[in-house]
Amino acid sequence: MLLEVRDLSVNYGHIEAIRDISFDVPEGSVVTLIGANGAGKSTTLKTISGLRKVRTGSIVYDGQDLAKVSADRRVQMGISQAPEGRGIFPGMTVRENLEMGAYVRRNRSAAALAPDFERVLTLFPRLAERIKQPAGNLSGGEQQMVAIGRALMAQPRLLLLDEPSMGLAPKLIQQIFRIIEEINAQGTTVLLVEQNAAQALRRAHLAYLLETGEIVRSGTGSELAGDPAVRAAYLGGDV
Amino acid sequence: MSETTTTRPAARMSWASSLRSSLGSRLRRTPRWAQFLLMVALALFCYLLPLLEPPVISTPGTDFGAVLFTVSIYVLVAVGLNIVVGYAGLLDLGYVGFYAIGAYTVGVLTSHHATWPWLLSLPAALVVTMISGVLLGWPTLRVRGDYLAIVTLGFGEIVRLTLINSEWLGDARGISSIPAPPSLPLFEIPHLDWSTGVPLVDFSDTTTFIEFGVTDPVPFYWLALTLVILVLLADKRIKNSRVGRSWEATREDEDAAELMGVPTFRFKLLAFALGAFVGGIAGSMFATRQTFINPESFTLLISILFLSAVVLGGQGNRWGAVIGAIVVAYLPERFRGFEQWRVLVFGIALMLLAIYRPQGLLPPRRTVRAQRMEEESQALEVGEADPDAELATAGPVARNPVDDAPVPPDEERSPRG
Repeated sequence: MLLEVRDLSVNYGHIEAIRDISFDVPEGSVVTLIGANGAGKSTTLKTISGLRKVRTGSIVYDGQDLAKVSADRRVQMGISQAPEGRGIFPGMTVRENLEMGAYVRRNRSAAALAPDFERVLTLFPRLAERIKQPAGNLSGGEQQMVAIGRALMAQPRLLLLDEPSMGLAPKLIQQIFRIIEEINAQGTTVLLVEQNAAQALRRAHLAYLLETGEIVRSGTGSELAGDPAVRAAYLGGDV
Repeated sequence: MSETTTTRPAARMSWASSLRSSLGSRLRRTPRWAQFLLMVALALFCYLLPLLEPPVISTPGTDFGAVLFTVSIYVLVAVGLNIVVGYAGLLDLGYVGFYAIGAYTVGVLTSHHATWPWLLSLPAALVVTMISGVLLGWPTLRVRGDYLAIVTLGFGEIVRLTLINSEWLGDARGISSIPAPPSLPLFEIPHLDWSTGVPLVDFSDTTTFIEFGVTDPVPFYWLALTLVILVLLADKRIKNSRVGRSWEATREDEDAAELMGVPTFRFKLLAFALGAFVGGIAGSMFATRQTFINPESFTLLISILFLSAVVLGGQGNRWGAVIGAIVVAYLPERFRGFEQWRVLVFGIALMLLAIYRPQGLLPPRRTVRAQRMEEESQALEVGEADPDAELATAGPVARNPVDDAPVPPDEERSPRG
């Protein structure tokens, strides 16, 4: 198991954001956490990447407890997150954003990063056209591409994606999900947080449903997609 | 894209920014050695300025050398504060605290409680200010934004109140007879005299190279200018390094920076320590030149003046900070005749600047660039739609064009979620 989350509780101020959740992310898989806005999905991701403090419970990555590991160390260990919304550096160009993604790499010479640029720009050809533009001037979809591409530049073993489809047009959502599959096929384990349950479940090997901070359903993507309760609440009845 | 070349956005830019961008790009295009020579010439001119006393620039009411010294102290402060505010994006309203600590350390060590030689007290003062920067930053840099401004504001006031109330530090009377740096009188240099309209070499008005006396501020100015140049060189190196990029990332999006593996807290602390260090240099120089200091010189108003120098000049650009400092320190001295009106004119100037040039007189290149891109995209929206815009390259798997919705402003960012 690449990532094991056990009985994790996290507070947001005095509010309990997530309560005693446990889930697994097997190496090489796509795992998704679905649920409504406010269910605690983003908090879970932020806690895994070290932006939020664990109250109780444990996060074990590759056999190592992350409790005392700082956020920047976790990136070095291979956990890389594309933050939600516009979590890019708006004043930096697309190239500089991608370079920031390689921040923890030991060798950051142009030659060492060339294959990674190549990979990201093949996944997102659109970014090649925008490479010299400040990322803040890109459209929402392009910014999402920058965020994902930037996370890939760290050569992660575990890629955390926070709402990659947020605010995007339906066609672009399809495209982003296809690219996520592609990234996974290239060998990166993906933990995906999504409100767009239909798309996420179709592509996930394992899926967990979060409701007000607790995991209420789990199973394979297709199992959850077939679950009547999930269909009623998250997939708009019939899909 | 067709041939419908509409007015370039450049045409709509204000004269100042277009002047800057053309000057800037021309400067970047000149070869390295020419840039270097230009800088050397500029530095040389600055060194000679108090001797030349050029008529328009020189200050009629006050000693020009003294004004230049004050200006260079402000430049030091602004460049130091720019590291904190401009590079790392930390709003520091109590910067005067570090300035005071630098000044007082020199005072205490050379005169008030010990008789250290000046040359030894300077590095000691810098170590003390740096430590005070770390001590202030350690607990406070964990809070963000407005809270940090309030905490630093408090810090500045605490330093001042401590100085007033501590007998050990000379309370309200302060510290006097701070010694001058060691002199090495070699030769005399005459000033120019412009009183007849043509420059004449005035052998009755000379400066000794190099003697730090009470009467002649010019050697102090030379020392301060040397420090300014050293600090600017160091600043350039740091800004262009990995440290500079880490600050930039932290300033733009702290969470995202953390997710890239930037240890943001450590870099913010470093910015605080380096900022304090430079503030300490300025404070020590101030104390040395004054020979006496008291808490009066370290009020909140000074902190605000320091900050306005950085904001006025353009946060994040070292030359902006330099120009801002010159404006804040020099103009009031140049127009001393209007003393009563100084503050009013300064206030109006700040307001006008806030309205017409909110990014400062000389903003960093990337701010200008981002702004230009925005103007360009606005121009495209107003004009016919750019065929490129709707295009959309498909990914490796998808080949069909994709339309891309712009992000709704401030998409719900719920705390949980």
